[in-house]
Amino acid sequence: MSGPAASTATSTETSTTTPRKRRSIGWLLLLPGALWLAAFFVTPLVQLVATSLYDPNGSVEAGYAMTWSWGNYTEALDFYSEPFIRGFVYAGIATVLCLLIGYPLAYAIVFKAGRWKNLMLVLVIAPFFTSFLVRTLAWKLILADNGFVVSTFKTLGLVDDDGRLLATGFAVVAGLTYNFLPFMVLPLYASLERLDHRLIEAAGDLYASPAQGFRKVTLPLSMPGVVAGTLLTFIPSAGDFINSQLLGDTNQTMIGNSIQTLFEAGSYPAASALSVTLMALIIVMVAIYIRRAGTEELL
Amino acid sequence: MVRLGRWVSDHVVAGVGLLVLIYLFVPMFVVIAMSFNDPASRAAYTLDGFTVRNWTNPCEPEGLCSSLVTSLQVGILATVGATVLGTLMAFALVRHRFRGRGTANVVIFLPMASPEVVLGASLLALFVSTAGGGVLGFGTILIAHIMFCLSFVVVTVRARLQGMDTSLEQAAMDLYATESQAFWKVTFPLVFPGILSAALLAFALSFDDFIVTNFNSGQTVTFPMYVWGVAQRDIPMQINVIGTAMFLVAVLLVVVSEVLRVRRERVR
Amino acid sequence: MTLDTTDADGAADPGTDVAGAGDLELRSLTKRFGDYAAVNSLDLTVPAGAFFALLGPSGCGKTTTLRMVAGLEVPSDGEVLLGGVDITWAKPYKRPVNTVFQSYALFPHLTIHENVAFGLRRQGRSDVNGPVGDMLSLVELEDFAGRKPAQLSGGQQQRVALARALINEPKVLLLDEPLGALDLKLRRQMQLELKRIQLGVGVTFVHVTHDQEEAMTMADTIAVMNAGVIEQMGSPNELYENPRTTFVANFLGQSNLVDADISGRDGDDVVVDAQGAKVRIPADRVQVNDGKVWLGVRPEKVFLASTGEPHTGNSLGTARIVDVSFVGVSTQYLVRMGWGQELMAFEQNTGARPIMRSADEVEVRFNGAHAFVLDHAQDARAGVDED
Repeated sequence: MSGPAASTATSTETSTTTPRKRRSIGWLLLLPGALWLAAFFVTPLVQLVATSLYDPNGSVEAGYAMTWSWGNYTEALDFYSEPFIRGFVYAGIATVLCLLIGYPLAYAIVFKAGRWKNLMLVLVIAPFFTSFLVRTLAWKLILADNGFVVSTFKTLGLVDDDGRLLATGFAVVAGLTYNFLPFMVLPLYASLERLDHRLIEAAGDLYASPAQGFRKVTLPLSMPGVVAGTLLTFIPSAGDFINSQLLGDTNQTMIGNSIQTLFEAGSYPAASALSVTLMALIIVMVAIYIRRAGTEELL
Repeated sequence: MVRLGRWVSDHVVAGVGLLVLIYLFVPMFVVIAMSFNDPASRAAYTLDGFTVRNWTNPCEPEGLCSSLVTSLQVGILATVGATVLGTLMAFALVRHRFRGRGTANVVIFLPMASPEVVLGASLLALFVSTAGGGVLGFGTILIAHIMFCLSFVVVTVRARLQGMDTSLEQAAMDLYATESQAFWKVTFPLVFPGILSAALLAFALSFDDFIVTNFNSGQTVTFPMYVWGVAQRDIPMQINVIGTAMFLVAVLLVVVSEVLRVRRERVR
Repeated sequence: MTLDTTDADGAADPGTDVAGAGDLELRSLTKRFGDYAAVNSLDLTVPAGAFFALLGPSGCGKTTTLRMVAGLEVPSDGEVLLGGVDITWAKPYKRPVNTVFQSYALFPHLTIHENVAFGLRRQGRSDVNGPVGDMLSLVELEDFAGRKPAQLSGGQQQRVALARALINEPKVLLLDEPLGALDLKLRRQMQLELKRIQLGVGVTFVHVTHDQEEAMTMADTIAVMNAGVIEQMGSPNELYENPRTTFVANFLGQSNLVDADISGRDGDDVVVDAQGAKVRIPADRVQVNDGKVWLGVRPEKVFLASTGEPHTGNSLGTARIVDVSFVGVSTQYLVRMGWGQELMAFEQNTGARPIMRSADEVEVRFNGAHAFVLDHAQDARAGVDED
């Protein structure tokens, strides 16, 4: 490449077609997908916001009237603050656990697996070809009251003699951690894979202990993977209701359960108000988190 | 002593990684075992006896196989739809400069950053408010699946396209290929692996989706919907047969493609 | 060593519609990116069959020029003519011009055979096996036809890129830093190889490079480009021996440039006052008629004589040696002149003269027919340390 000027030239205009023509082709290619997203992602979100302000006394059959009922929000938050908080707490714990056990796995695959690297990567993904629900049901069996895990925990004194694991926060968090672990491992793997191994050796050469080398070199350079992984884990777990439903009971309801139950009961305005609040909270948290982590370019 | 310490510190990470991998496989072992389970009673979801009956009669439980067929139909159609739309979008975003690219990128990113429950709920709100509850069914499931698979397809194909050297297309044109020949002889074959993995991802997402589907399915039952339904009552062991079979098919696909790749590289 | 001509039936030859001599002509060719002119009103004629090099530092516009000839970039202004035919607006695939790309741009999904056959197939030729085989043997890669590009070494890939372009029998072959990715030893070897192939096939080669040694080794004609314009064009010998700008003097090899004034004319010579020393330079080596100038002498043209040694020719006065570097074939001296400037002098280690030592006093002499006089308005450091 012959210098900065020429290289910008080649990257911005690589074809002989005129820019105007290329611009219209770009629009044309984008159009079908963009229309689909506009119709079935953006419009529904607008509709969701509208529905959250409808008269709560309406019904699907009779129709709803737009009454700008901001009360839907205060009522929903009053009534559902507990599952809201629980949902975020469970998702937060599950995300931290995923990071703690996912990082060593990703690290081992990249730096320790050698020629088994591809195989290990396949093994990480493989269980996920089996249905999410079928696997969660398997956990239900593993954590069952008469199962091996509970009896071991009882022997170790981790659980009371009449205690159980199912229908506890432990089971729900364990299920979330398990189900979303690959969403943590894969981005971590991708960012560690890109990391130049010689940098870690250079750190060692410059008197960094392995722990210091990790803290000062490996971890900062894998931050994009950490950020992407935590987002991909936290966001779906915060809205999940399957784990709480199958592994927990009414004391472990998360916000996803509340939304789902309200919709099934036909209370659309209240359910919508909860959904909008959830979405808004997540967007705010993600924005703050990304800014803090200094990885805006991730988007 | 020093030597032992070094060995331990060199292998501790690998050991932890291996343990985590085993943890990932624990439920898989249970699913496989349960597929051969002969339960003491219909209501009990516990490991009792051994039988191959579940494997010989996978369709015995009412509605299981029809739900599977529905899932496959939705999966295939959603994959085709999302892959076509998403690939076009990826080309537009990587190869063309136009006003509104930034907005387009954000709109494509957002569905991936939205909890599924919000995606499902908002679509339900739209469907019900515009056409009433009666429209819910196969069509609305398909619309929803194409929507949430689309972003993943765009991201996957875009990554592949960005990694592709544009000088290859220029070289093709320099060697007397017209624009369309350059596309079909060079660009497309090189991007194809990306499109293929995007399609596989889309199929996996669609086939396994429960939350969004649950909001928009009406009376239509997909396989995850079926499992959800029976999980509240008594669970037929055959769902484990399906789970194991899907696992085996996926692993087989990976193994075959890997063998083909190695052989292709070793030829000559 | 010729290209296979037995099946050049003309129908598939993209160049047959171009009549007359195959000279490549650029007329006031200009390429602007925004306000920045990467190539600024360039006029250039490359005679058919020449090995032509466009030499210049990064960002001088040479690659952009090449891409406009290839049709990969549309000029903002000006024309490109090939054999008298205007091809300025022709698509890349409509021009009898082929390119060896900088990173080769071999198609990774196709075998070497299919890479080389690509151009012929696009032109509708079905009998590709013969020409491809001949071409692969020309670049000595017959045994690699079935491999994929990734299985070849850098030098082999480079030869495939060359074969892939040459098989189309282009009127002009464009080479964009074709040896940039190779290590020094392989680069030397490929320079000779390229020259051999060019002489064999007789195709016009236009070679873009920032490596002055590469350009001088291979090309019959070099155009030195800087900031979008051609500074000077000529044979390697002309450019080196009689540079017309400070940029050329510094970019091709090294030069001592001394602050001087024109003081008059004496027959065919111009008399120059260099820091008090009167020196005579032939008029055809002087670019300006009066006023302040740079007097240039290449380091190897400087002769360091012991003081008092009788001489004819020019002297710049006495100097003291401040540094001596022994580099095997030659010894490189740095001497400080009376006016404070440090000059370089290279002397062959013929063994005829003893090697001098630091702090020795010497007289700095040169032959006027080996020096040159440049416009003082130019930057004395233009082209130094650029590549």
